[in-house]
Amino acid sequence: MNAATMHPKDQTYPPSYASPLLEVSGVTLQYKTRDLLVTATRDVSFEVYPADRFVLLGPSGCGKSTLLKGVAGFLKPVAGFMRLNGQMIDGAGPDRMMVFQDFDQLMPWKTVLENVMFPILVSRRFPRAEARARAMASITKVKLGKFADAYPHMLSGGMKQRVAIARAMAMEPAILLMDEPFAALDALTRRQMQDELLQLWDDTRFTVLFVTHSIEEAIVVGSRILVLSPHPGQVKAELNAHQYGHDHQGGSDFMALSQKINTMLFAEGHHG
Amino acid sequence: MAEITPLPVARLSPPIRPEFERTTPPVSDAAEIERPLSLWEHLANMEGVRRGAIVVALMVAWQVYAVWLSNPLMFPTLTDTLSALWDGLVHGVLLQRIGATLQVLMTGYAIGIALAAMLTTFAVSSRLGADLLATLTAMFNPLPAIALLPLALLWFGLGVPSLVFVIVHSVLWAVALNTLTGFLGVSETQRLAGQNYGLRGVRYVALILIPAAFPSILSGLKIGWAFAWRTLIAAELVFGVSSRSGGLGWFLFEKRNQLETDQVFAGLTCVIIIGLLVEGLIFRTIEARTIRRWGMSRG
Ligand SMILES: Nc1ncnc2c1ncn2[C@@H]1O[C@H](COP(=O)(O)OP(=O)(O)OP(=O)(O)O)[C@@H](O)[C@H]1O
Ligand SMILES: [Mg+2]
Repeated sequence: MNAATMHPKDQTYPPSYASPLLEVSGVTLQYKTRDLLVTATRDVSFEVYPADRFVLLGPSGCGKSTLLKGVAGFLKPVAGFMRLNGQMIDGAGPDRMMVFQDFDQLMPWKTVLENVMFPILVSRRFPRAEARARAMASITKVKLGKFADAYPHMLSGGMKQRVAIARAMAMEPAILLMDEPFAALDALTRRQMQDELLQLWDDTRFTVLFVTHSIEEAIVVGSRILVLSPHPGQVKAELNAHQYGHDHQGGSDFMALSQKINTMLFAEGHHG
Repeated sequence: MAEITPLPVARLSPPIRPEFERTTPPVSDAAEIERPLSLWEHLANMEGVRRGAIVVALMVAWQVYAVWLSNPLMFPTLTDTLSALWDGLVHGVLLQRIGATLQVLMTGYAIGIALAAMLTTFAVSSRLGADLLATLTAMFNPLPAIALLPLALLWFGLGVPSLVFVIVHSVLWAVALNTLTGFLGVSETQRLAGQNYGLRGVRYVALILIPAAFPSILSGLKIGWAFAWRTLIAAELVFGVSSRSGGLGWFLFEKRNQLETDQVFAGLTCVIIIGLLVEGLIFRTIEARTIRRWGMSRG
């Protein structure tokens, strides 16, 4: 199905709307361990358009992280292909910045500022002279300006995740990959971070591929949701969620969508 | 299986207290939320200061005991030892001996580290390398370096090359093993993040793996240093007078033969002081500037 046919004349979309930013087509990803071949996802296809907040949603172990690793270039598909801006994805690269779930993704031997500058410097995406200013701007955006010179071990979990987001955003990647970035946070901080992410998106309209296994988070954060079946992950549905934010939580539409996804995920889960 | 009988419990219920709500006053002076530590707290926090106090106590005990014993041939006093030390450093050969020892040590240490770097690079880049390093370390790590001295003498003759060989042996395995362990322990997330920035090969090792594994590497360097220092002094005791330039170990042996016990004590003091300086000053400083500042180690 081509999503472009659904809003052909919508003027609010950028002209590049007709061509997807990220194209994942018939992708099967496998892990080879010593005595086991695990198929993590099977024949997954989806398209992400510029400024999408595209959510991969599915039960634990369905291969969401694996898909994200595939897009990041850490894993090669055994079948199908992935294209970014029309270019085949081959290996990891700084045009796709990943925000991981764990707090230890920051380099403990660098300060917050150095952490955010590091990818800019080593990837030479921007001139050296700009690195500091860009990093600082990004850190300010996630409200950590006062902590620029602190080391990661002096930060709380939520602050570390903010730094990781700032680091990824400072690179202005073609697409931002986020693997359950808020999963390890408490409910309050998580909600605050979701709001901040949406605010940031509203400012700069980046494209993000966001993994979660929380239905609520998917609806609030996502503009479009890809629902995956339990292991091995296959596409079950692609749904719109751009109309819902935190304000709609508890509303009947929101609840209906949530219920619908819930049924999709768990109704037949016990047989399969 | 016997059935579990629960202990009789008095059925307590918590008292029900009135609720309250408060508006927290704004923290204006931020006094106790964040403040620099006082001088005294700083001193007590400094391990060097605490340890220094213990050393002073031991020195006092030594002096008191030696004066009481009053047998300079067997156990000279602290003051005699210190004056012998001063003499040896200023007028005698002690400084020269220390220089000779340190020179051999640095040569051996540097070669050992270079070899360890090569071996671990090979080990992280190929399975054969990993197996090779694992096997070699398993074989040679338990072998005391000093046990190789007779063989070294046979191969390299009486002189500095034999000493260097033994030191290389004592440094190499400890450093290589620790570095490899450190590399293998670098978390998956750190590795993926590094690859994400487009780092490959040497840059990846230098910018991600080495700093991430630094706690382990540093402890390897410390162990290697400790092995090397002990091995060298022992080796010099056995032989060491290749030419005019004997080392500290040779100094100890010579002075004992001449029954200049205070000189022997002075030599031993030098061995301890150098050991302390390297461990307590050089390695401590490196540690404080790196892994403790980064929160990768406590202590
Ligand atoms: N390194 C690995 N080696 C072998 N199998 C793996 C590896 N990583 C993941 N798998 C397997 O691949 C499948 C998908 O894992 P993945 O981590 O992608 O799930 P997920 O959807 O991200 O789950 P969660 O929501 O719990 O994070 C699982 O069955 C898992 O056992
Ligand atoms: Mg996952």
